[in-house]
Amino acid sequence: MIEQLGTIALRVLSSNGLLTAFACVGCVMLAANFLSRHLTAGRIHGSAIAIMIGLACAFFAGTATGGEKGVADLPILAGIGLLGGAMLRDFAIVATAFEVDVAHARQAGLLGFVALLIGTVLPFIIGASAAWVAGYSDPVAISTIGAGAITYIVGPVTGAALGASSDVIAISIATGVLKAVLVMVVTPMVARFIGLDNPRSAMIFGGLMGTVSGVTGGLAATDRRLVPYGALTATFHTGLGCLLAPSALHLSLLAIMTL
Amino acid sequence: MHNKQDEHMPPGDRRSVIVGVALLAVCTLVGAIAGDTLGTLLGVKANVGGVGLAMILLIAGRFWLLRRGLLSGGIRLGVELWGALYIPIVVAMAAQQNVAAAVRGGPLVIIVAIVTTALCFLCVALIGRAAGYRPSTDELPATSEVAE
Repeated sequence: MIEQLGTIALRVLSSNGLLTAFACVGCVMLAANFLSRHLTAGRIHGSAIAIMIGLACAFFAGTATGGEKGVADLPILAGIGLLGGAMLRDFAIVATAFEVDVAHARQAGLLGFVALLIGTVLPFIIGASAAWVAGYSDPVAISTIGAGAITYIVGPVTGAALGASSDVIAISIATGVLKAVLVMVVTPMVARFIGLDNPRSAMIFGGLMGTVSGVTGGLAATDRRLVPYGALTATFHTGLGCLLAPSALHLSLLAIMTL
Repeated sequence: MHNKQDEHMPPGDRRSVIVGVALLAVCTLVGAIAGDTLGTLLGVKANVGGVGLAMILLIAGRFWLLRRGLLSGGIRLGVELWGALYIPIVVAMAAQQNVAAAVRGGPLVIIVAIVTTALCFLCVALIGRAAGYRPSTDELPATSEVAE
């Protein structure tokens, strides 16, 4: 009887993959928020912890199954592949643009724009150079790793657009996530030394660092009042990265490599 | 508080939730088509900036609706639901990556992340200094007003 119940449950969970995925990811988010609040006193954002849990699960699933698609290779969690697939991912990222306020955007002004541009190009150059030094010769892989240094969203979006392999995309996500975590943890420690104590520098900071979870987490731990100013420029960062990395930056890289 | 608002959402608003979802879908699809076309034109066989273009389209669409007073709560809900789901979707995306293979990439991840973060912090200090200090948070209003 119990065995039968198990088979039935397994069958229902596998044939309703997307719902199973919603339930699982919801539980991971709950657990991550709990850990964030009680283990790190809110210093590391719940979303960053959730992403790290996701990456860890993908690692164990990948080692166990020998497949390339992380937990999505387990039949019962195949729905994760749909939920986190290119279609819904792009859909949700585009939706975040709805919160951008044009009037507020103008306030950020030229300085914010300069910071945004440097915050997009500089990480790309560092990531791409490091990938090249590490022995990658495929321009698609180099661009994807460079884009991962911008944010953990820009990396996979660029990788998917250019047709990078899954392990390269995983490297780019891991880089972006580690950067976000570093920004969250280090910001309150260095805030005084980099003059991060006024709205203007918070806007510069948001544009340069980019990762919204890193910026808001870091600023919240520094001075709560600075959060909206940092988030203001940071919200453009991912969009700008998604626009520039697979196009202008990748094409510049191609041009440099063919020289 | 949110529930209360939802209960009082007029029927017309509820019916327009799908309009918001459709607006988002159209923007994403048009962006994808434009990105693919641009990629073909540039000869890179890739989607060039489709997501970014779709975002610009959505911002423009929102602006257009707002100016004509057509931006109802329903349309907002239809789009914002997906915006709110973006972190969970990114978690699902992370969970299906080939992390086992990435771990073999090892130190690259750590080096790139640390160097990038350090240099960006340096730039914040440099640009902030070049733009001139505006001392302290004293000029900021209290927390609640900032939230607005």
